[in-house]
Amino acid sequence: MNDIAIELRGIDKSFGLVHANKNINLTVRKGTIHGIIGENGAGKSTLMSILYGFYQADSGDIVVDGNKVTIKDPNAAIASGIGMVHQHFMLVENFTVLENVMLGAEDSQILNTSISKARVELKRLEREYALEVNPDALIEELPVGLQQRVEILKALYRKADILILDEPTGVLTPPEADHLFRILGQLKEQGKTIIFITHKLREIMAITDEVSVMRRGEMVATRHTKETSVEELAELMVGRRVLLRVDKGAANPGAVKLSVENLTVRDSRGVTMVDNVAFTLRAGEIVGIAGVAGNGQSELLEAISGIRRAVSGSVLLNGEPVDVTGYADPGGLRNRGLAHVPEDRHHVGLVLAFEEAENGILGYHHDKRYLNGVFLDTKAIEADAEEKIKKYDIRPPNPRLKTANFSGGNQQKIVLAREMERGPDVLIIGQPTRGVDVGAIEFIHKRIIEMRDQGKAVLLVSVELDEIRALSDRIIVMFAGRVVGERGPDATEGELGLLMAGVEGRKEAAE
Amino acid sequence: MSNPYAKLPGWAEYGLIPVVNLVVAFLVAGLVVLLVGENPLKAAYHMINGAFGRGEYIGFTLYYATTFIFTGLSVAVAFHAGLFNIGSEGQAYIGGIGVALACLWLDKTMPWFVVFPVAIIGSAAFGALWAFLPGWLQAKRGSHIVITTIMFNFIASSIMVYLLTRVMKPLGSMATQTRTFESGGQLPKLDWLLSIFGLNVGNAPFNVSFLLALLAAFGVWVLIWRTKFGYEMRTMGHSPSAARYAGIGEARITVIVMMISGGLAGLMALNPIMGEQFRMQLDFVQGAGFVGIAVALMGRSHPAGIIPAAILFGMLYQGGAEIAFEMPSISRDMIVIIQGLVILFAGALENMFRPAIGNAFARIGRSAVAAQTRGA
Repeated sequence: MNDIAIELRGIDKSFGLVHANKNINLTVRKGTIHGIIGENGAGKSTLMSILYGFYQADSGDIVVDGNKVTIKDPNAAIASGIGMVHQHFMLVENFTVLENVMLGAEDSQILNTSISKARVELKRLEREYALEVNPDALIEELPVGLQQRVEILKALYRKADILILDEPTGVLTPPEADHLFRILGQLKEQGKTIIFITHKLREIMAITDEVSVMRRGEMVATRHTKETSVEELAELMVGRRVLLRVDKGAANPGAVKLSVENLTVRDSRGVTMVDNVAFTLRAGEIVGIAGVAGNGQSELLEAISGIRRAVSGSVLLNGEPVDVTGYADPGGLRNRGLAHVPEDRHHVGLVLAFEEAENGILGYHHDKRYLNGVFLDTKAIEADAEEKIKKYDIRPPNPRLKTANFSGGNQQKIVLAREMERGPDVLIIGQPTRGVDVGAIEFIHKRIIEMRDQGKAVLLVSVELDEIRALSDRIIVMFAGRVVGERGPDATEGELGLLMAGVEGRKEAAE
Repeated sequence: MSNPYAKLPGWAEYGLIPVVNLVVAFLVAGLVVLLVGENPLKAAYHMINGAFGRGEYIGFTLYYATTFIFTGLSVAVAFHAGLFNIGSEGQAYIGGIGVALACLWLDKTMPWFVVFPVAIIGSAAFGALWAFLPGWLQAKRGSHIVITTIMFNFIASSIMVYLLTRVMKPLGSMATQTRTFESGGQLPKLDWLLSIFGLNVGNAPFNVSFLLALLAAFGVWVLIWRTKFGYEMRTMGHSPSAARYAGIGEARITVIVMMISGGLAGLMALNPIMGEQFRMQLDFVQGAGFVGIAVALMGRSHPAGIIPAAILFGMLYQGGAEIAFEMPSISRDMIVIIQGLVILFAGALENMFRPAIGNAFARIGRSAVAAQTRGA
């Protein structure tokens, strides 16, 4: 019997001058969970897009179940038994679960017949794989974890034997992720083959049988998960040894630099995103805000840094009040010693169409040292950029290069260099290492600790719980816009995970 | 993955791709000419010859180009701030009031070099005023600038009809125009400039406002890439969220940029009013504001691109008139079709050939690398 589910032979793909996949060979055995790991831009997504028919390979063969196939679009992939769960769900928000599952796979022109057939089939799938979900619930009312389950059901409904999951845990709480892993285990037992794409080493170690590592468009190694280690995988991904733990001494908290009280923020639809939040931030400490994405952390950062108006509340910066409800003045806050590394560097922290040097003055462009009267002093701006490029090891070291052409890690360094080199009193950082390669993560973490040790007050928001735990001196957990708990740096992942899921918080509030 | 097109070398990006687009536009235009039963090569000859064949023709081509440089710059400045100013037409029209007032006031007593600066200020001020209102409405009330500037074109048109039929028309005249200006309201021709190249400007109204247009192009370049304000408006144009983050006031930028844009459109009025007709006539703008959109698109909103694009459109206007004259079965409207094709391929379908050209470069690049490794 043939026990190979998928074999890729010599897959090659270029986008213009970018060689995204170079002669990739991959063998995925039936009934296993096969991890694919690599940094951002290593070519994982391109490879999976070729497998699922979004792109065509320039050369190479795809063999499914021993048969050579041509996958010219996702329909062909589905016909070959390949299903995909995307990182960003492809669900119609105001449709029910049942409607979403059958969408595009209706087997009759008469909707009613399709619906009743689909309902029977969905029930069978739910039973078989223990994927309970109410078929009549609206997608928008389901938590993210359940939405993901619907995506999996969609693939199974289309009779997928091979499931591709693209960064599936990015949006999940730790308990939800654990649940997903149990589901994947169950699917494996039922004989399904799973390709699991991630950049998180811990997840690879937890659930895969085999793991393939990609680096710069090439498949550099395939290992049995049991026979490898996190250190080896990290080294394979980056191409050199990396330090995974952050070394830091004890915090030495000083005066209160930022104090937030009763802060309430609503989004554009009028939904309360930050609900009566209060905390203080002292010089020489890092306070981490943990929480699943979308629980108000982003809005909190925006309100404090002056980008978004709060409904009510008060903020003191260096003991002086900040007008958080009235006139938005991010520039004024900068002058008062507040620096902000925004979560979304592509749309907020940087102008990607600008040259590197131009981004080096964003927000500080009123500074006399960059100006000659009303004119930009391009020489001074470039000299300043070159200095930061050297200090932060930004590559390629070219201040005239368009920012979009830098890698994620280097783009983040551009923002960090701009905000840190000002020597602010308070540094607010959102998602410091999102989409940043492992090598740069190490560098960024060191810089953040350095800021703290220089006596700066650092407020850190991240959806990576590991990062929060590694860097923070105090951890605040947000759930549904409220602060549901504060813990020390030694809090366990389980403890924080429960708080993030709102379980502990509700209990504490009730007491 | 966000940018599936590979980066091309600068000469390909700014030279090869526009030329390929242009060639395709002319090929399709040739098919159209063929369709009406005329010889496209002959049409091409008349077009080129009519635009550049004699000093006088070149003078006409550059006269039209002058107009299009102003309106192209007007659209481009707004575009850099993310604003789509469709109202250059109306702003240029209203700008004419400033020119006419300056000339009517001073033409009998002052020489042209005194009247000209006053007219420049007047035209820019009236054009800016006409753009201020849509800018202000966008900044304070959120009324979309595309809609308001289009509506302001119609209002401008009505105002001008009123002024030229009742207020600014000499008594007893039946023509919808101001009186003809005396010598103070007439700009000198640039015959000396063409005679350097041994050309005779003849009857062409090629005048000093061409130099002003070049100056304005340089000024716009400085404004956009070398001033703090230009930095702020480019930030807003590329990313309003980044501008908010940087503390750049959207309302302030919107209003000022629109006024600069309107001012540049207003300057356009100098060329026909003081340079050609020596009076303000009804509908003297003749769609130049809309051509400015095409010019800005084709010139990639960069002054160094806008000038050649404006000359190209000047050529289409002048050479097109010549074709219509020489080949009766090709009407003026056919010329509009050709212009439309240029806009279509150079503006709207700008990226059509990019993937193919990018792939060609990638292949060349790879084989060059392979050759090098073999050689080593």
